[in-house]
Amino acid sequence: MFAYIIRRTLYAIPILIGVNLLTFSLFFVVNSPDDMARMHLGMKRVTPESIDKWKQERGYDKPLLYNASAEGIEKVSDTIFFDKSLRLFVFDFGSADDGRDIGFDISQRMWASLAIALPVFIVGILVNITFAMLLAFFRATYIDIWGVVLCVILMSISSLFYIIGGQFLVGKLLHLVPISGYDTGVSAIKFLVLPVIIGVIGGIGAGSRWYRTIFLEEINKDYVRTARAKGLSEIRVLFKHVLKNAMIPILTGVVVVIPLLFMGSLITESFFGIPGLGSYTIDAIQNQDFAIVRAMVFLGSVLYIIGLILTDISYTMVDPRVRLE
Amino acid sequence: MNETLKRSAKRPAHFSQIICLPDLLFYRQGLAIFSALVFVIGSIPSTFAALNNPYPQADSQQNILYSSFSERPKHLDPIRSYSSNEYAFIGQIYEPPLQYHFLKRPYQLVPLTASQMPRVKYFDHQGEEIADTASVDDKNVAYSTYEIQIKPGIRYQPHPAFARNENNNPLYHALSEVELESIHRLGDFARVDSRELVAADYVYQIKRLAHPKLSSPIQGLMSEYIVGLTEYAKTLKQAYKTESKEKDELFFFDLRRYPLAGVEVVDRYTYRIKVKGRYPQLLYWLAMPFFAPMPFEADQFYSQPGMKDRNITLDWYPVGTGAYMLSVNDPNLRMILERNPNFHEQRYPTDGDSGDFEKGWLTDAGKSMPFIDKVIYNLEKETIPYWNKFLQGYYDVSGVSSDSFDQAIQFSAQGDAELTSMMQEKGIELITSVEASIFYMGFNMLDPVVGGDTERARLLRQAISIAIDYEEFVSIFMNGRGQPAQGPIPPGIFGHVEGESGINTYVYNWNNGQPERKSIETAKQLLVQAGYPNGRDKDSGKPLLVHLDITGGGPEDKSRFDWLRKQLKKIDLDLVIRNTDYNRFQEKMRKGNAQLFMWGWNADYPDPENFLFLLYGPNGKVKHHGENAVNYHNPKFDQLFDKMKSMDNSPERQAIINEIMEMLRHDAPWIWGFHPKRFVLHHNWYRNAKPNLMAHNTLMYKRIDPVLREQMRSKWNKPVIWPVVLVFLLLVITIVPAVMVYRRKERQPAVLK
Repeated sequence: MFAYIIRRTLYAIPILIGVNLLTFSLFFVVNSPDDMARMHLGMKRVTPESIDKWKQERGYDKPLLYNASAEGIEKVSDTIFFDKSLRLFVFDFGSADDGRDIGFDISQRMWASLAIALPVFIVGILVNITFAMLLAFFRATYIDIWGVVLCVILMSISSLFYIIGGQFLVGKLLHLVPISGYDTGVSAIKFLVLPVIIGVIGGIGAGSRWYRTIFLEEINKDYVRTARAKGLSEIRVLFKHVLKNAMIPILTGVVVVIPLLFMGSLITESFFGIPGLGSYTIDAIQNQDFAIVRAMVFLGSVLYIIGLILTDISYTMVDPRVRLE
Repeated sequence: MNETLKRSAKRPAHFSQIICLPDLLFYRQGLAIFSALVFVIGSIPSTFAALNNPYPQADSQQNILYSSFSERPKHLDPIRSYSSNEYAFIGQIYEPPLQYHFLKRPYQLVPLTASQMPRVKYFDHQGEEIADTASVDDKNVAYSTYEIQIKPGIRYQPHPAFARNENNNPLYHALSEVELESIHRLGDFARVDSRELVAADYVYQIKRLAHPKLSSPIQGLMSEYIVGLTEYAKTLKQAYKTESKEKDELFFFDLRRYPLAGVEVVDRYTYRIKVKGRYPQLLYWLAMPFFAPMPFEADQFYSQPGMKDRNITLDWYPVGTGAYMLSVNDPNLRMILERNPNFHEQRYPTDGDSGDFEKGWLTDAGKSMPFIDKVIYNLEKETIPYWNKFLQGYYDVSGVSSDSFDQAIQFSAQGDAELTSMMQEKGIELITSVEASIFYMGFNMLDPVVGGDTERARLLRQAISIAIDYEEFVSIFMNGRGQPAQGPIPPGIFGHVEGESGINTYVYNWNNGQPERKSIETAKQLLVQAGYPNGRDKDSGKPLLVHLDITGGGPEDKSRFDWLRKQLKKIDLDLVIRNTDYNRFQEKMRKGNAQLFMWGWNADYPDPENFLFLLYGPNGKVKHHGENAVNYHNPKFDQLFDKMKSMDNSPERQAIINEIMEMLRHDAPWIWGFHPKRFVLHHNWYRNAKPNLMAHNTLMYKRIDPVLREQMRSKWNKPVIWPVVLVFLLLVITIVPAVMVYRRKERQPAVLK
């Protein structure tokens, strides 16, 4: 397994270079360094001199990918791409356009993202699996039918509606939790209740239907029939046998997103005023802050690759037939 | 047996079929648990006053003002900062020598840290002082000096940059990496100190305008006026290059070692600025944070290696003498201003405008400021949550967004904006003011069709100006929050003329005591004269297409675009809207490729020069990269502007402005658009709310009544629990039969007899 992980890690390097190159190209197709400077310096009294100064200060006064005026290796290394990309591989994200250290901001903001994403993830899985089990248990009854209808309804509603509706109902009309905001430590709990509930409810529709399909597929297999024939209770059949055998498809969808929980949720964080990495990324895109966009895309890619490797490893844990070689 | 299992699994659950003794027992247990839960949940309202309070309960009756920011400020360094969201903070921290009188209108400059208004002297080309100020004019003034004396005894906020050891040496100016290991934010420094404000701090800050590593937005402008600033920038650039070769990448670039010809320290409390010719607008700049003092110790402190890696920079942790200091700077969550314990004596004004006393804006006359102990700015990115929290009493002041406009504002039969009954019941008050800003549509004067000085183009511009009905625009798209403009100068600024003599006679008639837009027939007649009868070129017969370049238009702007097309269609012209992204739009403007566009300007200071310079030829955007976005060039205008800009406000200046206005209205380089109206709502516990659109340090004048606020919050935010109980009940009702079915099924024999 160790060799496998090493191999996968090495595979990741060209992938990350490719992702970085793609991000770089896409960003600079629509934004030149001059555009970035203008966006940053504002609308008033922007002179060509101040633009040059801004670019020089942040290292955007070099050619993008190829420096024709340089000699030797510097033709490639004395460019914006090389300057800004190489240090990403040692997780040195550099400074944002406003001068703040990106690594520091990420380390501060990821906890807020996790504070929402982790409970939503864990509670969401538990609720979805339990609800899906319930539907599977009562398959072909009115509970199953209306449960699926409910799932389809929940799936059809925009997440924005859940957020605004939740804030209106729970925060504004019932006065049960703050409408928005965030705090650190224990004080964060009252701010997290509503976004977590909304996140869980918003995910029930799609999640439960997905798990229900998996369970129904399993529930008709011979080993289930055998388990029942042995006289096992239905709960034992479902949670011990069916769930265990359905773990491969479940893990495929679940483990890969675990590392990405750090990246946060764009809309939820924005509406609830939660200072996570989701809103950090959105702000950076709006402000054309390439340094942050590049760092977040890179980080997202790394986490996704980690997620895929973890998924593979998890297969070996739930299915002894799987070997990583 | 398989069949039996299948049958049992598919059997529908009927409540009446499944009641048996064990189920009843289970039901009773469940009922007991349920009752206990209902009791617990039901007791919550009496236990907690307000569950939705986003702030700690301990702060409830504290003298704290709550506000918000939607995006983190880019700069808090006064030499770089140039936007209103940044001034909301640094305006309270940094103190330039002058300020605007809080109550008096028109806006009036008064001393802040200065002991009196600057002494201005004029010198002729021989270097002799012109004693007779009446004979001063632009021709005979070679340069002028502004001598500013500051009050002694003003002290900086406590800050580690001023801390000294037993030997009176700076404690934190040569920190090693080891010493910095335990430092993560400014508050981690154990010792703080202060020192007295001196004139040299103001001089140091003016020198920073030319710092090679700081992009000050007004460096270019000030280089035109402050003697020697252009050369100084070159000197510093060279010196920085030399010093940076000798030292680390980050080092303290001590500006005290490089003298600036146009700025000097006269004595401990006096400094002098020397400007080329006459530049009376310098006084307004002296009321802006660009000219606030900067202690060299702060620069030295923040320049140490390792500070920037911890985000401890001058751009993030200001050091000032103002009423407040930034005690918490977490732009990812909240920023907190706290009362500066070293703040010097400042008293609430004892005189104001007529009517101020009746409105309660002079109740605190003569009292020592600031009134509020702490101001907490929370990150609030969306308007809807902010608005709802304002209604709950968790924010003290709010603007009125489009989403909440109908809930808050209604218009009387006379067209006046007033509060809805819901707002009145809450005791909320509304204050409106016309902003010192303008939103306009500009004709690119370099365009071969709509631009230029030909009569044909001028008539076309006038016709389009009549056709675009800004009264309707303000009514439909701004909810009445705007005043159609008659020229570039907004109300409240010298040069703006109210009434009949102030209207744009090329677009309006004066009728029944108010301006009335000229008819579409008049516009069509102008088009005929311009050679576009029925919207077609009389020579080629082709329909005239007008191209509007616009940026950021999303689906929500479709109605606005349709409206604009409809306006031009009224005079048989076709409007083609070219929607583009911000960068391409800027590029078009720089290259002069746009034909018609939308633009705006927000005043730096209350002087007509700050609006009319937007049409000054040497400020043309294409040729000179200036702020004249329409590239208007009229030698007569430029001549009058040159004369007007350095005059004091007087009837003579007004006469020149009137002449300029007539010229502009005739040439119509802009469709004058509208001046936005600011609608501000505040709760009745918020006092001294008079809007001052020019001053940046208004926070110290504000007062709140925290006891009243807490009473109202408690009244408005009682938790409503019964829906939760109801939902819980419904859940139980849904689950119980399912559980019963399961239990029954589990107890069934495998084979039915």
